[in-house]
Amino acid sequence: MKIGLFIPCYIDQFYPAVGVASLELLEKLGCEVSFPLNQTCCGQPMANSGFEAMSKGCDKNFVKNFKGFDYIVAPSGSCVLHIKEHLHDEDDPKAADVIRSRVYELTEFLIDVLKIEKLNASFPFKVGLHTSCHGQRGLHLASMSELVAPAFSKPGALLNMVKGIELTRPKRVDECCGFGGTFCVFEEAVSVKMGKDRIDEHQDNDVQYITGVDTSCLMHLEGILRRQNSPIKTIHIAEILNSQL
Amino acid sequence: MSSQAKFTHAEAAEQFIADEPRTDWHDDTLWFVREKRDKAANSLPEWEQLRQWASDIKYHVLSNMHQYLEAFEQKAIANGIQVHWAKDAKEHNDIVYKIIKDNQVQRIVKSKSMLTEECHLNEFLGEQGVEIVDTDLGERIVQFRKEAPSHIVLPAIHLKKQDVSETFHEHLGTEKGNHDPQYLTEAARGHLRDKFVASELAITGVNFAVAETGGFVVCTNEGNADMGAHAAKIHIACMGFEKLIPRAEHLGVFLRLLARSATGQPITTYSSHFSKPRAGQQMHIVIVDNGRSRQLGREEFRNSLKCIRCAACFNTCPVYRRSGGHSYHTAVAGPIGSILNPNLDMEANKDLPFASTLCGSCSNVCPVKINIHEQLYLWRQTITKEGLAPKAKSIAMWGMSEVLAHPAIYRLAGKMGRWVVKHLPFLTNNGLNPWFKQREMPQAPKESFRDWYLNNKQK
Repeated sequence: MKIGLFIPCYIDQFYPAVGVASLELLEKLGCEVSFPLNQTCCGQPMANSGFEAMSKGCDKNFVKNFKGFDYIVAPSGSCVLHIKEHLHDEDDPKAADVIRSRVYELTEFLIDVLKIEKLNASFPFKVGLHTSCHGQRGLHLASMSELVAPAFSKPGALLNMVKGIELTRPKRVDECCGFGGTFCVFEEAVSVKMGKDRIDEHQDNDVQYITGVDTSCLMHLEGILRRQNSPIKTIHIAEILNSQL
Repeated sequence: MSSQAKFTHAEAAEQFIADEPRTDWHDDTLWFVREKRDKAANSLPEWEQLRQWASDIKYHVLSNMHQYLEAFEQKAIANGIQVHWAKDAKEHNDIVYKIIKDNQVQRIVKSKSMLTEECHLNEFLGEQGVEIVDTDLGERIVQFRKEAPSHIVLPAIHLKKQDVSETFHEHLGTEKGNHDPQYLTEAARGHLRDKFVASELAITGVNFAVAETGGFVVCTNEGNADMGAHAAKIHIACMGFEKLIPRAEHLGVFLRLLARSATGQPITTYSSHFSKPRAGQQMHIVIVDNGRSRQLGREEFRNSLKCIRCAACFNTCPVYRRSGGHSYHTAVAGPIGSILNPNLDMEANKDLPFASTLCGSCSNVCPVKINIHEQLYLWRQTITKEGLAPKAKSIAMWGMSEVLAHPAIYRLAGKMGRWVVKHLPFLTNNGLNPWFKQREMPQAPKESFRDWYLNNKQK
């Protein structure tokens, strides 16, 4: 089973520890993982801003890098959803189709493909789980509070395998944090207000960390937390699942 | 209406949020309605099936519109109702005005109709010297204040009881500073009773028009549509053509979904069925297109016409709850408004599809399963293709796409970006960077993941 590790651009540049944890975790679980060296971005920043036509170069580069893998795995629900829904390549349409069907968000891959039931991880802290929208409502990583359907959570199930962790949920269990890609700058006021409100609910639970499957949401929340001089830290779920504290 | 709004959604939202305690109150109030909706939905094990049926029925109607419209008209005429067709807002307003003029009536009441808001009927009739009294309590409050409704089900939800008290003191002579809801409601009740008794003509909206019977259903919680229609000698019902359903039995699907989705009630207090004029009464139906056939022809956006105006998408929307209805500068605000209004005027409403994080909660609560957040994404593409994106944004996006399409340039840019954040923080940590206004920048690591990988994994 050959796995191509997709590390989204902003994780590559600003949160390399998330990439390291994802790689180490997959290797610990016996996967053969490689990191295609010329990858950049999924194209979502342009597409979500209405410039889908400008993401063609990104698409082509993505296909070139990830063609031929059995699975493509990334520690990001949002980027994976974008690839799944929007990756096209006029020069190699078949390869793009195959990639769309083989791309997985990390926790989805651990639960659905590797069928992990236990983990050798420990993280003795009180952690609040932020449910990221694209992973949840797009990739169905967790049940959605709007629907009349049985409850489940793939990230939650994995975190429950971690020794010592005390997992909490905010009162509004799956409300958006307000990051929203370029929304976070073009609608700055609403974006920050949404982030502050999420943080308040986690604060009510006395959490030490806020975790989730998307570094983009966490980066936004981290920016607000640091401005508030809050002791609460953000941490990507891969770092907890790979932790031996 | 192609009047350019004074502020974009983002600008108006910023002004709204400047009063943070009030924003919190607005957010909590609407979240409470969302929670009531959740409880009501969860009380029906068949909820998701009902949504599917509603969606299927509406889609069937949209695919066979001509047939159902003709059938409806035929039946309605046979029932003694006068049917009028309006291709746009102007024709709609002219038809209503003509009925008023022909009958020489002056005292007119109107229950809630988002269509008449969309057509700006009140302003138009005002210009002709005709005054309409809105009889929905929330609508009457905003009418006194010369404001637009901020929510399609709860028109005055942006106002607190203190605001209502001041408004009533000014317009109804209630005691200054008396905020008691019971007292204020009684005052409104007395005031509106007088208007109903004196009214000569009543305008209502239409929630559902039944092709099979030629009748229609109007849903209210206050009974104000009935009071108007029963007291006046003329009843005009205004409807967008998408309000049609094929058969009366389909009401069993829609009435169960509508109030549960809107407010969490099992059913609206009054679901009134009108089928023919009573002796001596005139009954008119105005069927309006106003851009709907254009939307019907846009394959990607067609099913936005399934909307039954429950506003569940407003109540769940984290952006709406924190920016208020007026920030959408249109008759229908919220997520559904953001996919309907660009069809009415793309230039004037080009900001609306961007007033969303694309979180997808709207699509999940929609009782007729409109893929609202996907259409928001598609409107963004359409608006850009039409050349309506701001120039600076287009240039920035082009620059970004070039960098990200070329791995070597991307790596260089990333390295430079990290170097700048680390060594020249004043270049990013300043007032020109909207991220930095209320958030710290991410801390720059010494190496990228790729650098780490090359140093540690590939020897």
